[in-house]
Amino acid sequence: MVLAKRIIPCLDVKAGRTVKGVNFENLRDAGDIVELAGRYSEEGADELVFLDITASFDHRGTRLEWVERVARQVRIPFTVGGGISSERDVEALLKKGADKVSVNSSVLKDPGLIDRLAAAFGKQCVVVAVDARRDGEEWRVYSHGGRVATDRELFSWVKEAEERGAGEILFTSMDHDGTHQGFACEATGRVADLVNIPVIASGGAGCPDDFYEALTRGKADAVLAAGVFHFGQIRIPELKCFLKGKGIVVR
Amino acid sequence: MSKIVIVEYGAGNLFSVRVAIERLGYEVVCSADPRVVREADKVIFPGVGQAAAAMRQLRESGMDRVIPELKVPVLGICLGMQLMCAYSEEGDTEGLGIFPMRVKEFGRCSKVPHMGWNGIRRLKSGLFDGVVEGDMVYFVHSYCVPVGEYTIATCDYQMAFSAAIRKDNFWGCQFHPEKSAGVGEKMIENFLKM
Repeated sequence: MVLAKRIIPCLDVKAGRTVKGVNFENLRDAGDIVELAGRYSEEGADELVFLDITASFDHRGTRLEWVERVARQVRIPFTVGGGISSERDVEALLKKGADKVSVNSSVLKDPGLIDRLAAAFGKQCVVVAVDARRDGEEWRVYSHGGRVATDRELFSWVKEAEERGAGEILFTSMDHDGTHQGFACEATGRVADLVNIPVIASGGAGCPDDFYEALTRGKADAVLAAGVFHFGQIRIPELKCFLKGKGIVVR
Repeated sequence: MSKIVIVEYGAGNLFSVRVAIERLGYEVVCSADPRVVREADKVIFPGVGQAAAAMRQLRESGMDRVIPELKVPVLGICLGMQLMCAYSEEGDTEGLGIFPMRVKEFGRCSKVPHMGWNGIRRLKSGLFDGVVEGDMVYFVHSYCVPVGEYTIATCDYQMAFSAAIRKDNFWGCQFHPEKSAGVGEKMIENFLKM
């Protein structure tokens, strides 16, 4: 047996509700998070990711409440991201039942945080999320939910993140996100070749074949999507059936 | 109603294990007190973290002497299972010695930790009633227990290793049943009914 390729619905959370933006804008309500999380868990999702897009404005306590509600409901691993900037934030989330945390802007500002989190909690719970967009010949890394361009370049940044103790890379192509035109397979494949930790492909899911391409040409270990699941264009059981039919090992 | 106790010793997150048991309709207590653990009818011994550090914490609370003497069903999960063995390469530490086995580090020929869903086979225990050969469960670990006479389920990653072990009233599973959807829930239920 080999490890199954993972299918990961992503729930962007604002004030305890799920939202999904197209190209990181135009948020549209997609339902109660605990209800959705429970549904995905029962339908065969392998993991869930919650990105709290209002974390910096919300009270942290509110987030801990819904994280706990999710942990009571779902029987699969889940990751929480958004505004996580210290060991204390992580400790509180893990205590409420989160399995992993996803860090992005905070580690671009303070890369040493990756080392500290890996040392304190183990690298298996440190997911480094990277949002990048093509900029001429380069892939430029953005912070703050895609709003701020950094001086980082995708491939050197993921390598550094791995060396510092990242347990996984969650790579989102901002050019592809919300387009439903397929994942950035070439760039994802380069990331996967560079690092020896799992790579999650994100941004661009439109049809089942896009997932197949990300897992083969994109060499991803897992695929993350939001809108196609939330609005019912793709159902997880059918997606898994499709992938199995093409020879991909799924649960 | 039987008294289910989760051993608390500062090693990782007990919340998921607790709510998994509560979802099944059982009451459960988390305790770091050896007296409470001694009086339990079922003991869950979880663990996430580093073996040598976890052993130090068990010694400090005296739990290292309490657990091996228990006569009721005990289920070690992940690091908890590894700590029930005689020795771990992780931090070069002695374990509780319930299983005369040595915990070894995975090689670097594939991605470590072994993290994600993998199938379990050669199932032989009531723990797996209702579980089918090849069913997938969720693993996260960098060290493993080789296959031996106490192995009751195997998994393959780089090589075959023990996905679960059993000796007398002690069970251990390397995967996380509390995160393994319906299959894991079935095993927790089976254990609680022993």
